[in-house]
Amino acid sequence: MKRDLLAALFIARKDLRTEFRTKEALNAAVSFALVVLVLFSFAFDLERSELYDISGGLLWIIYLFAGSLIVNRSFTREVPNDCLDVLVASPVPAWALFLGKAISSFTLLMVVELVSLPFYGLFNNIIWMKTFWPHFCLMLLATWGITVTGVAFSAVTVNVRLRELMLPVLHYPLLIPLLIGAMEMSTALLRGDAVDNGPNLRLIVVFDAIFTSLSLYLIEFILVT
Amino acid sequence: MREKKIYVLAILGTILMVATMYDILVVMPDEAQQGAIGKMLLVHVPAAFAAFTFYGVAVWNSIKFLIKKDFHADSLAVSNIEVAQVFTLINLVTGSLWGHIIWGIWWTWDFRLTSQFMCFMLYLGYLLMRPAVADATQRATMSAILAILAVADIPLVFFAIRLRDARMQHPSPVLETGKMDPSWWTPFLLMWLVYLLIGGALIMLRLRQETVRREMDSLRRELHAM
Amino acid sequence: MNAIAADRVWKYFGDYPALRGATFEAAPGACVALLGRNGAGKTTLLRIIANLSKPTRGEVTIFGEPAGGKTRERIGYLGHGIGVYDDLSAIENLTLFGQLMHVANPAAAAGAALERVGLGRVREGFAREFSRGMRQRLAIARAFLHNPEVLLLDEPFTSLDDRAIGVLHDLLRDALKNGATIVMSTHQIREAMELATQVALLERGRIVHSGPRTVEMLADPGWLYRKYEEKPQ
Repeated sequence: MKRDLLAALFIARKDLRTEFRTKEALNAAVSFALVVLVLFSFAFDLERSELYDISGGLLWIIYLFAGSLIVNRSFTREVPNDCLDVLVASPVPAWALFLGKAISSFTLLMVVELVSLPFYGLFNNIIWMKTFWPHFCLMLLATWGITVTGVAFSAVTVNVRLRELMLPVLHYPLLIPLLIGAMEMSTALLRGDAVDNGPNLRLIVVFDAIFTSLSLYLIEFILVT
Repeated sequence: MREKKIYVLAILGTILMVATMYDILVVMPDEAQQGAIGKMLLVHVPAAFAAFTFYGVAVWNSIKFLIKKDFHADSLAVSNIEVAQVFTLINLVTGSLWGHIIWGIWWTWDFRLTSQFMCFMLYLGYLLMRPAVADATQRATMSAILAILAVADIPLVFFAIRLRDARMQHPSPVLETGKMDPSWWTPFLLMWLVYLLIGGALIMLRLRQETVRREMDSLRRELHAM
Repeated sequence: MNAIAADRVWKYFGDYPALRGATFEAAPGACVALLGRNGAGKTTLLRIIANLSKPTRGEVTIFGEPAGGKTRERIGYLGHGIGVYDDLSAIENLTLFGQLMHVANPAAAAGAALERVGLGRVREGFAREFSRGMRQRLAIARAFLHNPEVLLLDEPFTSLDDRAIGVLHDLLRDALKNGATIVMSTHQIREAMELATQVALLERGRIVHSGPRTVEMLADPGWLYRKYEEKPQ
């Protein structure tokens, strides 16, 4: 078990090492986030207070779109040279392989989100520093949900034609409950509302728990057909 | 032999539908608050029940495929999902019409309609993905996984939006009831049965098509190997 | 106890049986040349033994244990793709796989493996910079890294340059001397026959012949194909 967890970390480290060398996906994701930010600023002409009302929604849409670029690649990067076969044939159990991929995607996603956040605050004149730490915890939890479902779909669609087009069709609807919770809570935090964020937090945690366990269990069926 | 079953189901379903519709439209008195259109509930909700039944059968068969690798289970799953989508559409369209007639709005994001719509979207993804995979085993495995993930999501969607509605006091026009007039239960259940019968006939038809297609695929592959 | 035993293995892709009750055994230390036309099921059978695929019916055992789980440590697999990462250096690649294959001292083993295949001097080079022959040698190094007791090679000699063929030959010979069991599917019958102690012919998903490599086969590698050509289905 300990050896398997270590294997998961080795795989995560490998992913991060290759990604930080080329920075392809990172650059693309951050650029995309900025582009979407700009587009939204042209789409809506809102008063400052109104902006705060949609702040959470806006933020998580940006994170979702940018994050897809990273999470979709997670298993496809194993396809060239048939590396996926070597990993599956190795003693590393499927769940550890999945966990490693999820950890690396999660890390990359968090980097993209943290880099985009100051720009988001800048362009929309939204103050995010005051509530940073609770917001950061929210980002950790919600990003994990996006990661785990995205990596699962990435594994499932490794051999599918037009996968880049298909993945959003599958992934985004599935994330609706998570996004509802995250968007509401973000808005509440950024606006400084005095509300109980408990229900939303619980929703996100339940979502994470259900899909993490489902994915870890089902990955064996996905990889060894 | 199977053809006979399809005909029997279809004919039974049609007869029952005619009888029930007659009962609903002509015999039953108008609903107290909403007038004649209130009876739309008897068309709108049983469609959702029928859809859930078929989704349930599909998910059951998906799990069965993962465990046993039985391709018949995969064919059953896709047939059930396709028919379930039809009934979900019926539910959504009748709901929209009903909403427009009574409250003047075509749509609202209340938890029931939204959950149904999300269900439709998730399984639409399922149906879109299938043709994009060439190999039959991979296709069936992928479909089974998608069906299971989708069904795990539906309750979460339901509760997420319900919580939000409670907080935001969204208009929830459709079905503040739950208190249906007891005399309505019989036509309600009958409509559900009607949908099950007709849906069943459609599923068997679709299943036959899937089976033939599988045979053709394997024959084609056999031919290429020669 | 057989090193590899496939017992009436069936594999369906949809309704099409790629393997129809394939049965064969390989004793420890044997070198099996797995022959067969394209589409006969060689790759499918090898993938099932390597636990990349599960048989629809039937069973595969490695040293008596069912394929999968602990047996994966004892298997080295070289498929069609080279199985190394383009964006990692040669030494990084092998160290990673050493770690995943539970090798005792991954970094040292990786260095030694690179030396053996003649890539010692380019250990820091990225795999994507290598020539095709060098990539093949790196792949071979990866497959042999953990000194597996069972080696599964899918058309290993295909498109290798001379140097790589030589390297592979030597490694296979050394592995056999150390008691490894090898199954290789191949179209390069000549090279295979030299090393093989056992020959199996797969035709339309069935093993139609499995036996020791004879003198006739060595002299005329196509002999086995012709023998089974007239045979009815």
